[in-house]
Amino acid sequence: MVAAVNTLATSGLEAGIPTLIAVLGYNNPEAASVAVEGLIRLGDVAVPPLIEQLDEYNYGARAYSFRALAAIADPRALEVLLSTAETDFAPSVRRAAAKGLGSLRWEKLPKGDRAIAQDRALQTLLTISHDPDWAIRYAAIVGLQALAIASSNPSQSSQSQLSSAILERILERLTAMADDPDLAVQARAWMAQQQLEHLTAP
Amino acid sequence: MSELTQSHFESELEPPHGEPLTVETALANLTHVDVSLRYYAAWWLGKFGAGSPGVVEALIAALHDEDDRTELGGYPLRRNAARALGKLGDRRAVPELLQALECSDYYVQAAAAQSLGMLGDPACISAMMSVLSGGVESAQLMPGRPHLAKPVEAAMEALEALRATEAAALIEPFLQHPVPRVQYAAARSLYVLTQHPAYGERLVRSLSEADLKLRRKLLLDLGASGYLPGAEAIAHASVENSFKMIALKSLLESNLKQTNPVALSPAATQVMTLMDALL
Repeated sequence: MVAAVNTLATSGLEAGIPTLIAVLGYNNPEAASVAVEGLIRLGDVAVPPLIEQLDEYNYGARAYSFRALAAIADPRALEVLLSTAETDFAPSVRRAAAKGLGSLRWEKLPKGDRAIAQDRALQTLLTISHDPDWAIRYAAIVGLQALAIASSNPSQSSQSQLSSAILERILERLTAMADDPDLAVQARAWMAQQQLEHLTAP
Repeated sequence: MSELTQSHFESELEPPHGEPLTVETALANLTHVDVSLRYYAAWWLGKFGAGSPGVVEALIAALHDEDDRTELGGYPLRRNAARALGKLGDRRAVPELLQALECSDYYVQAAAAQSLGMLGDPACISAMMSVLSGGVESAQLMPGRPHLAKPVEAAMEALEALRATEAAALIEPFLQHPVPRVQYAAARSLYVLTQHPAYGERLVRSLSEADLKLRRKLLLDLGASGYLPGAEAIAHASVENSFKMIALKSLLESNLKQTNPVALSPAATQVMTLMDALL
């Protein structure tokens, strides 16, 4: 089966999208990874069917869908990423959504909408950065770091006051998370601070 | 269906039903006529009882319980009491736990050994070494039971926690134990005690042979060993991402504890880059 999925995944055929999405639910990790790669290669055209065909009853399949949506990074996935990062019951799904929330291609949104969309992503990532599960907090940092980079990049932000406020909020939260009870979360917050240092340099 | 997270492992030891307790009610429940309440109270005190007066004494008394027995002669309350005493970090429990190593119930012995490792009293090293002193022959699987004749895995883990480098020669033969998970436990302890890369590589190499259940166990051993060159192998193993995250987390944390960081090492940054990709 993996070989057949691989053939379909590398064909680049739009008609194969529903089948690739169905493979995510077969509980076959190898086939699912190949299908995710194929969906990422297809890019934006796979986003509406990925959102429509999210599997409510299979968190394994849902986690793969969100890894694909996060990698494609089309901002049409914003709403579903927000609600999933906050409320899905499965940690693996929430982690994938949190990572995806930070790294959407904001420049695809009309300029006037960018800051608002980024602010909504910020609010959700800040909320889940207080989650009791260390791995969710870890994923929130990865999302926040990516969002900080986007909000200070002229091609991705609207260069409004809102986007500099976003950067400030993120740096403030990362400083607080450098005292997280989990050492791994602390270390990831330090790493994010280090990698963001040049953004604040005058 | 629950996900595979750290709390998933911990929950295996948690009694399924939880009454809201206070330290006072939990202490009272330790001698309740309903033995299932005793069992839950012991677990609860291990998790929430730290620092409260009387808790350690009551759990030490529970190590001598005779009422709560399984069909096979096991002592469930003693097991939970021994586990709880390890978590509470009070070394007054050491002599009693050493005595519990002689209990007829294998699971009481294993819990006592593990807890003695957690309490970190070097005075226990010789007792842990004598668990291993009979070698592989005296620690075979018990016929019809899922465990060995002696708690050698828990003893190796304890020796590792106690940094008992003098035990390495005693642990070495267990690399040839017929049960793979015992081999892995030995390789893990030997890496921690000697920092010799061959033992870390032994764990990495086994990853390609083991079945899924053992691969999960191997990932956790590799993570706990702190063998940083194993990070890539963990990240690319064919195991659920949640397991890989837990293994990489403990690898990262053991590295951070060793280096006591003011700045992140390149190795720590690399482990986190691998973790990011698993989200």
